[in-house]
Amino acid sequence: MKTDDLIKAIAEDGAASARPLSLRVLVALGIGGLLAAALFAQALGVRPDIGSAMQTWRFVGKVVITLTCFAAALWATAQLSRPDAEPRTALAAFSLPMLLLGLAIGVELASSSAGTWSARAMGSNSRLCLASITLLSVAPLVALLVALRAGAPRSPAMAGAAAGLLAGGLGAVLYAIHCPDDSPLFVALWYVPAVALVVLAGAAAGSRVLRW
Amino acid sequence: MTDREPHWATLMRAGMRGDARSYHRLLQELAPVLRGLASRGFAQHRLGPEDVEDVVQETLLAVHLKRHTWDERQPLFPWVYAIARNKLIDNLRRRGRQAHLPIDDIGESLAVSELPAEMNGVDAERVIARLKGRQREIVVAISIEGASARQVAQRLGMTEGAVRVALHRALKSLARAFRADPP
Repeated sequence: MKTDDLIKAIAEDGAASARPLSLRVLVALGIGGLLAAALFAQALGVRPDIGSAMQTWRFVGKVVITLTCFAAALWATAQLSRPDAEPRTALAAFSLPMLLLGLAIGVELASSSAGTWSARAMGSNSRLCLASITLLSVAPLVALLVALRAGAPRSPAMAGAAAGLLAGGLGAVLYAIHCPDDSPLFVALWYVPAVALVVLAGAAAGSRVLRW
Repeated sequence: MTDREPHWATLMRAGMRGDARSYHRLLQELAPVLRGLASRGFAQHRLGPEDVEDVVQETLLAVHLKRHTWDERQPLFPWVYAIARNKLIDNLRRRGRQAHLPIDDIGESLAVSELPAEMNGVDAERVIARLKGRQREIVVAISIEGASARQVAQRLGMTEGAVRVALHRALKSLARAFRADPP
């Protein structure tokens, strides 16, 4: 087929009616988020002492850190799904929540005695934390990957990793309002590997399904 | 040359608002620039121009099918260039070449000489042959015979909407066929 002929066919198809990618990502996040929230309500639920927990800096810090991860990943996912993506974007999205976490760890180490550190880091239910965050992330990750097939990522693996961070961040936000372990040390030791696992899964899936 | 930038972005925005003529013109103006880019890319890898038109067509299809990844507030050409670069790298990889493409600054890419379509249509039927039945009839009628969707609909006894849906799917299939096609 001659290029001029192809252009005729493309022009006849027309450029109108293109749903923006950011809208597709938000819809996917809504669907995946609803499924995750349903699973959360069914299996975990909000911790009973949420009212008093909200008075403590550790709980607030934990929620802020996970929300930051979620928000930064939302931005990075939209950016990295474009062909002219700036790869440094990804770095910024990954480092912002880590920076906050580092800050919180500093405060925790300065304000608590060394003898309590290991108990704070191990918490009371680390295995549930790992399992919950990864399982809560499954539906959002699948929905996001489906939506991102409409994208044109410069690096499919990186776009998948950003989607993994977004899904993992969502799982972490939900789990954070259930989990009684609020220490930044616990977050570093258990939340981070759980989310990292989802990021790796997203990268592996993305490099397969997000090619265009 | 950079004064084409606001012009191209304007054509694209008009196209996305339903102005088919602007969109057609944009694609026609992009093609020779893409041809220049692809020729230079192949030359840098000491490859001949056999696949240039493939890369041009793949890029045009991707520009069309992925247009919602363009941010309307941004200039158009850096985005088009990123797609062309990606498609060129894909093509080189399919040929088993290590792709080393320097990321030029966009100004330099815009200054690439435009190339007319000399070898336009060398493989006229290779890719289109992958389309089946109705999709193929519709693409041939619209592209090669220059019919409109409405005329094709009357000829085939379909609604215009159905023709448009089939055309859109055919373009997607074409994009997939390029990816699966070992040069």
